[in-house]
Amino acid sequence: MPSDAVSLQHQILEFKSAAVTLPVLAVAHGDLDLLARALEAKLAQAPEFFKNSPVMLDLQKLSEQHRDLAVQDLIDILSAHQLIAIGVRGGYPQHAAEAAALNLPVFSAQNAGAEQARTEKQPASPAPARRSADNKLILQPVRSGQRVYASGDLTIVASVSAGAEIMAEGNIHVYGSLRGRALAGVQGDRDSRIFCSDLRAELISIAGVYQLADEDAPHPPVQKWVCIRLQEQKLIVEKI
Amino acid sequence: MARIIVVTSGKGGVGKTTTSAAISMGLAKRGYKTAVIDFDVGLRNLDLVMGCERRVVYDLVNVIQQEATLNQALIRDKRCDQLFILPASQTRDKDALSLEGVGKILEELAKDFEYIVCDSPAGIERGATMAMYFADDAFVVTNPEVSSVRDSDRMLGILSSKSRRAERGEEPIKEFLLLTRYAPDRVKLGEMLSVDDVQEILSLHLLGVVPDSKSVLNASNSGVPVILDEQSDAGQAYKDIVGRYLGEEIPHRFIEEEKKGLFSKLFGGRS
Repeated sequence: MPSDAVSLQHQILEFKSAAVTLPVLAVAHGDLDLLARALEAKLAQAPEFFKNSPVMLDLQKLSEQHRDLAVQDLIDILSAHQLIAIGVRGGYPQHAAEAAALNLPVFSAQNAGAEQARTEKQPASPAPARRSADNKLILQPVRSGQRVYASGDLTIVASVSAGAEIMAEGNIHVYGSLRGRALAGVQGDRDSRIFCSDLRAELISIAGVYQLADEDAPHPPVQKWVCIRLQEQKLIVEKI
Repeated sequence: MARIIVVTSGKGGVGKTTTSAAISMGLAKRGYKTAVIDFDVGLRNLDLVMGCERRVVYDLVNVIQQEATLNQALIRDKRCDQLFILPASQTRDKDALSLEGVGKILEELAKDFEYIVCDSPAGIERGATMAMYFADDAFVVTNPEVSSVRDSDRMLGILSSKSRRAERGEEPIKEFLLLTRYAPDRVKLGEMLSVDDVQEILSLHLLGVVPDSKSVLNASNSGVPVILDEQSDAGQAYKDIVGRYLGEEIPHRFIEEEKKGLFSKLFGGRS
């Protein structure tokens, strides 16, 4: 139990590690006019979502012939659409130097490769993609009475006991028996899914549409891998 | 440095006190200086099971409130001089326990004891959380039936989040499963959960199975920890459990129904 002096310190100042979800704009071409038009078209799909949004510039895919692209020009295009550039990752050495001169943080491009591979495998969905930083991995059993929340995908490599509750804004994966409640897409993402190796859940829900184990159309306990998805207003349980 | 063991379950009547008495006696018999503390303030009965209820002068709450010293309150067992009992108070209520007071007592005990066994009350209220807060190891006592298993599961969740080790981010409490009141014949009939069923739900390391046995009741009634009844199956089961806890490789027993010999088959005697 922290003493009063320690808790006072905490009130004034505290360093915290936090994972923040950011849109990343991957730029793969150097023609500014072309980029401006493409960006405009993209933003038209969800104008409210991107308004005043911070954006990370990703120059990983910028090919050799477009390496003269200036970071400043990209920032101008972004600010014309009320987007705020807050960092650069990838690109060529002069991009990093230019960003540094502009007081823009340069992020390492290490995990960018992994993410790229992931997004290429899945067909890109029009919904804003979730970032791996918000995903959660649990290796201990989730016990009765415990709750786990992930603002991205939730992966549990253990069982989820009856009376436990697991929630994710994205997909849920359970490598073990799922006996408790599992709620995917709790912020309304209807494309999220639940995957589990042994479905005995008390309740499953995707984007607010739920099904109890003992309803008329129960999902019988199956010791096989299943995928649960939302189709219109119905949860579909499929073997995989 | 002493190792603090909490005997817990969530549900009542599963055999926590019997287990606390048996394993503390078992550890003491092996030569380890052991203290066993009853945290069930208001409903004390460890002293009964240990057969020392007439020797209780001071109790846990007296020590916490500094009305008695620890040495005044500790009762030395008459059968084994390595075993000491710190009884609970019958007259106070559980709010008399403070985390600070309990911490102080355990710290003092840790100086010259090797094992400290904390007998937790049922439930997940104050007494139970006090008993487990300082623990290094947890013996989760479970009966082979759904409500007991569910409560144990809940208790395991609390162990992993509300203990001192969890709050300090240290290595988590080591959790062991003790399946008590196990009756293989009733498992066979489907009236009870099997060892495998329970383990599948709790995914815990099984320390031992204690068979449902008359000897447990007899032992409790006569104030003798059942482990001292070496003829009984339950006594042997607890002896195995202590051995396994101390790192010995002892095969599990009492899981399968005892095979009846030709004679008892022919003459139908119940063994």
